[in-house]
Amino acid sequence: MVVRGGWRVRALQLWLPLGFFLLFTLFPFYWMAVTSLKPNAELYNTQMMPLLVYHPTLKHYVDLLTQTSFLLWTWNTMLVAVISTAISLVLGVMLAYPLARINFPGSALIAIAVAATYLVPQPLLFIPMADIINRMGLGDTLTSVILTYPTMLVPFCAWLLMGYFKTVPHELEEAARIDGASHFQAMWRIVLPLCTPGFISAGIFAFTLAQNEFLYALIFLTKTDVRTVPVGAIAELIRGDVFYWGQLMAAALLGSVPVAIIYSFFVEHYVAGLTAGSVKG
Amino acid sequence: MAALRSETAIALEPRRLPRARFRLKEGTAFGWLMVAPPLLFLIAFVGYPFIYGIWLSLEDRSVARPAVFIGLGNFIADARDPVFWQVVRNTFTYTIVATILKAAGGLALALVMNQNFRMKNLVRAMVLLPFIVPTVLSTIAWMWILDPAFSVLNWFLVHMGVRPPGPSWLGNPYLAMGSVIFVNTWRGLPFYAITLLAGLQTIPSDLYDAATIDGAGAWHRFRYVTLPLLQPVILIVTMFSVIFTFADFQLVYVLTRGGPANATHLLATYSFDLAMTAGQLGHGASVALTMLPALGLMIIALTLYMRRR
Repeated sequence: MVVRGGWRVRALQLWLPLGFFLLFTLFPFYWMAVTSLKPNAELYNTQMMPLLVYHPTLKHYVDLLTQTSFLLWTWNTMLVAVISTAISLVLGVMLAYPLARINFPGSALIAIAVAATYLVPQPLLFIPMADIINRMGLGDTLTSVILTYPTMLVPFCAWLLMGYFKTVPHELEEAARIDGASHFQAMWRIVLPLCTPGFISAGIFAFTLAQNEFLYALIFLTKTDVRTVPVGAIAELIRGDVFYWGQLMAAALLGSVPVAIIYSFFVEHYVAGLTAGSVKG
Repeated sequence: MAALRSETAIALEPRRLPRARFRLKEGTAFGWLMVAPPLLFLIAFVGYPFIYGIWLSLEDRSVARPAVFIGLGNFIADARDPVFWQVVRNTFTYTIVATILKAAGGLALALVMNQNFRMKNLVRAMVLLPFIVPTVLSTIAWMWILDPAFSVLNWFLVHMGVRPPGPSWLGNPYLAMGSVIFVNTWRGLPFYAITLLAGLQTIPSDLYDAATIDGAGAWHRFRYVTLPLLQPVILIVTMFSVIFTFADFQLVYVLTRGGPANATHLLATYSFDLAMTAGQLGHGASVALTMLPALGLMIIALTLYMRRR
């Protein structure tokens, strides 16, 4: 749409509302950063103007990295997110490829079941899941979350990849089949390489979902050395009624950085994944 | 159009028939071979827990005692529990108000961003940040923003003349509900905005040009071009978001733990408290399952709608 009427109209229609929304969106991040740099004397002084830092210090970051297990939690989070994303991509392809490209008996029903599974929220499953994980003897192991995160990620990856697989013309695969390639070879050599953007989208999205997961991690991981960042921050940086706000904000910021960096490299793919289900074309 | 289609169908017939049969035979084996492992995984870790959860809800099961089958006993106890009904009301209030705010705000932001301006991609990336960043971590920031003693909001309010220490955002039942709804809106609005923006960009601009030539003003263009064409996207995004708002856990757990006095407890956090904190697995499972009728309807409706498209 072309905006007419000069800078006044443009300020009113674009910059003013945009500025408002950006302030709304970004203020908590600014607040995290400012708080994490304040010495305690400033942090708990209600007389000082809170939006600025007068004597910035890295003390909270140093304390966070040396006195807590934050680095270990970060490592755990990464490890869990990478492995469960990898598992989900492999299982997702195995589901999505036949459903998208081969019309075999039962495929329509499975496709519906997969979509429905994707929409089942965790709170419906966590109580029985806790009991199952306990009985399997997997409590307080990273295996417990590596095993359960794909329950959310596989249906999502499959759903997203189906869309990409459907766009590859059948003729390509058939040409390969006529030349003697097996179904598997046609998939592996012809179709999958053409769907690289789909893998990046699904991978990025699954990775951020795994980083974000809280409920299963809260229930299954009760020991410091197996915790992920969200659970560690909630369970160990808040000690009783004492809140170490400087450290908490440093943790919130540092915990968000890996996701934000990866996301910033792949924004387009992320948005493609986000909108895949709801927007066509 | 129909005639054309049947002609092409006839033209393609001899080629298509053997192709389909050839695919059916080998394809079936290959298809099931591929699908079986992930399907078994999902049956074991989604299907089985789901059924097992229904079984648990029919038992009186506490951590230290053997389980006793009590039929619908847990559900009957729920129905007589005033806290349960309060939690149900909270869940609906939370879902409905937050959804309206997110949908309206998201649509507004999408419309604003659907103009041409510099650094549009950067702005879009920044707008999505609340949705990307782990919810627990951003909610911790909100907890600090809404802190009873050191709230930055109250600093401004007090300096504008409100009596110190200013409102207790998470201590007053109504303000606490307002606060969790607000934070949920903050987190979810970008999802609406970016998805609706993608939807807006698929609307061909000649439709707007045609409407303008016919004398439509900005409002009429929005009402008769934008809204009808955007409607499927709005519907899907909203249903999607309603499902996950209705079953929200993290945000409330971190911000208020359901307090003060259960004023912000949702079905998910309440069932967590019963099952994990109090150790009453069966009772907790029954509360979680009361989400099923509403959720199930939404899930089935959305699944069928997405497939039809």
